[in-house]
Amino acid sequence: MMPNETTRQMTMAEALRDAMRLAMQADPSVFLLGEDIGVEGGFGGGFTVTLGLAEEFGHERVLDTPISEAAIIGAAVGAAMVGMRPVAEMQYGDFVFAGMDQVVNQAAKMHYMSAGQVRVPVVLRLPVGASRRGAQHAQSTEAYWMHTPGLKVACPSNPYDAKGMLYASIRDENPVIFLEHKLLYGGKGGRKETTSLDPVMQVPEGRYEIPLGSIKVVREGSDVTLLANMLMVYRALTAAERLSEQGIEAEVIDMRCLAPLDMESLGASLEKTNRVVIVEEDNLTGGWGAELAARLGEEYFYYLDAPIKRVAAPDTPAPTALSLELEYLPDAEKIVAAVQSVMGGG
Amino acid sequence: MNPLQKEKLLEMYRLMATIRRFEDSLYQLFLQGRVPGTLHQYQGQEAVAVGVCSALQETDIIFSTHRPVGHGIAKGMQLTSIAGELWGKVTGCAGGRSGQMHLTDVEVGMMPSNAIVGANIPIATGAALAFKLRGEERVAVSFFGDGAANTGAFHEGINLAAVKNVPVVFVCENNQFAASTHISLTIKIENIADRAAAYGIPGVIVDGMDVLQVHQAALEAVERARSGGGPTLIETKTYRYKGHSRGDPGKYRSPEELDQWQARDPLPAFREHLLAQGIVENMLVEVEAGIDRAVNEAVRHAENAPEPDPEETYNYVYA
Repeated sequence: MMPNETTRQMTMAEALRDAMRLAMQADPSVFLLGEDIGVEGGFGGGFTVTLGLAEEFGHERVLDTPISEAAIIGAAVGAAMVGMRPVAEMQYGDFVFAGMDQVVNQAAKMHYMSAGQVRVPVVLRLPVGASRRGAQHAQSTEAYWMHTPGLKVACPSNPYDAKGMLYASIRDENPVIFLEHKLLYGGKGGRKETTSLDPVMQVPEGRYEIPLGSIKVVREGSDVTLLANMLMVYRALTAAERLSEQGIEAEVIDMRCLAPLDMESLGASLEKTNRVVIVEEDNLTGGWGAELAARLGEEYFYYLDAPIKRVAAPDTPAPTALSLELEYLPDAEKIVAAVQSVMGGG
Repeated sequence: MNPLQKEKLLEMYRLMATIRRFEDSLYQLFLQGRVPGTLHQYQGQEAVAVGVCSALQETDIIFSTHRPVGHGIAKGMQLTSIAGELWGKVTGCAGGRSGQMHLTDVEVGMMPSNAIVGANIPIATGAALAFKLRGEERVAVSFFGDGAANTGAFHEGINLAAVKNVPVVFVCENNQFAASTHISLTIKIENIADRAAAYGIPGVIVDGMDVLQVHQAALEAVERARSGGGPTLIETKTYRYKGHSRGDPGKYRSPEELDQWQARDPLPAFREHLLAQGIVENMLVEVEAGIDRAVNEAVRHAENAPEPDPEETYNYVYA
């Protein structure tokens, strides 16, 4: 952040909206499409992110669509192939599975299949994370996108990163899956999530980009590295404070981009701490943490003093009842226990 | 007949005959084991690709299918670039990485052809949406088969195109079979074009074996799209002479049925028409000889071209 830059208090929803507004002002090829995103008297998409943009840019550039996920994503792909920069919204991240062909077979493969003759600069925004809504409005989907060559995966945890990464994603020449955690949006009034965390911070009012492919050390430590993204960053930080009271200093890395993956920065942390615990809201089996664990094991085995541990959601769909959701989600207590289990030996 | 019209008709004939000659040649080479990879052939449907593409301008774009050779030729792709891709060689339009089902030549408006049935329908809609947003007088065409008419993408894509009134033309090539499954087993209504009414757009049925009829319907649909009148669904009734893909002898249909369709083969009929219009036989013979040379040259060129460097595997994952 430039020292003299004007900043403003923003929630995640406001920061995301600001990124889209600035991108649309700068570039007429940027447009938005999705369900309920621009309807007058409506709610600005599932989580208010696009509120007011239709009034500013008109309904042609803030395009309300039928409930047709395949057509939303497909139309975004087609528009991108002829030079537009669409930002498509799924009302809930889970709905992307209704348009999955357009993500995996179309958006991700077109540049490759055409030997570079077409580009697909699409951003697909997915609200993710469990929030007492049940299994079809809750899934964390990082692993699907990481597994698909050609996609980039952004998953910011705070308003500053959210704005800079969304702006960078819109400017990127590739399809970017942009994950937004429902409990971090900071919706207001009737749109406020009851269990949300809602980080608010000073965010520059101007345009800036946080390069995709970067991760960020959010707490330095020398004893163990905690890898977390989105909501889990906050839980990892809470766990780190408790661990500090026990004399264990955890380094917390915000895995704000999962593809491309910054292995070098991960390696640097690992060389210092020699222990890794991965904290993910994704299901355990084949989650993003599984890939990280495999890569770190292959590339940094001789720096490791203990097995890599994962604190993840169990292999069940996301449940709704409070007691079940608490059981399902990683929290500080589970993270502390996992860290303690890897602290012996060394 | 004015000279311009004559030139146009001759060019349409040249394109149709090129598709037929090239596809027949591929079939023979396949039987000799000389064609690598897969093969989905277009013989019988030439009037559709050529009738539609000859109604387009150079800046208009088309989205094809797993059976794209005819569309590629009709939109102006070079045979060497198509053959090179079929043979998996560096001379192919995608450097050999994509194969028969994925032909691209953006320069001539051939967008990457799509081997997921129905998937290009929303994509073409999106491209047309872009043209509309930018105020460009361009048109996108989506080609697909009868099988695609039963996918969700067909419904979602056409409905979105209709409600946003974008400049796209949907061309259904009803060749009676989705792979081996006859249309009577997959669709309860007589005409796919009737579905257009459900989206509030015009639906047109044409004889897909008659290039002039296809061309006329395409001209009207393209003009409607270009002038802001929105999408049209054209259903062409046609037939594919070969199996669904390589190695499919087509035992699910009778020889009599094939005979009936071949009796209405679009090529000799159009040739007769040209002669009746006063185009002299010699001119056609000359065109045909040129096609023979071009096809043989394209095949020879592809067979002799080098394979891509293994390192090419890693290129074009990201832009």
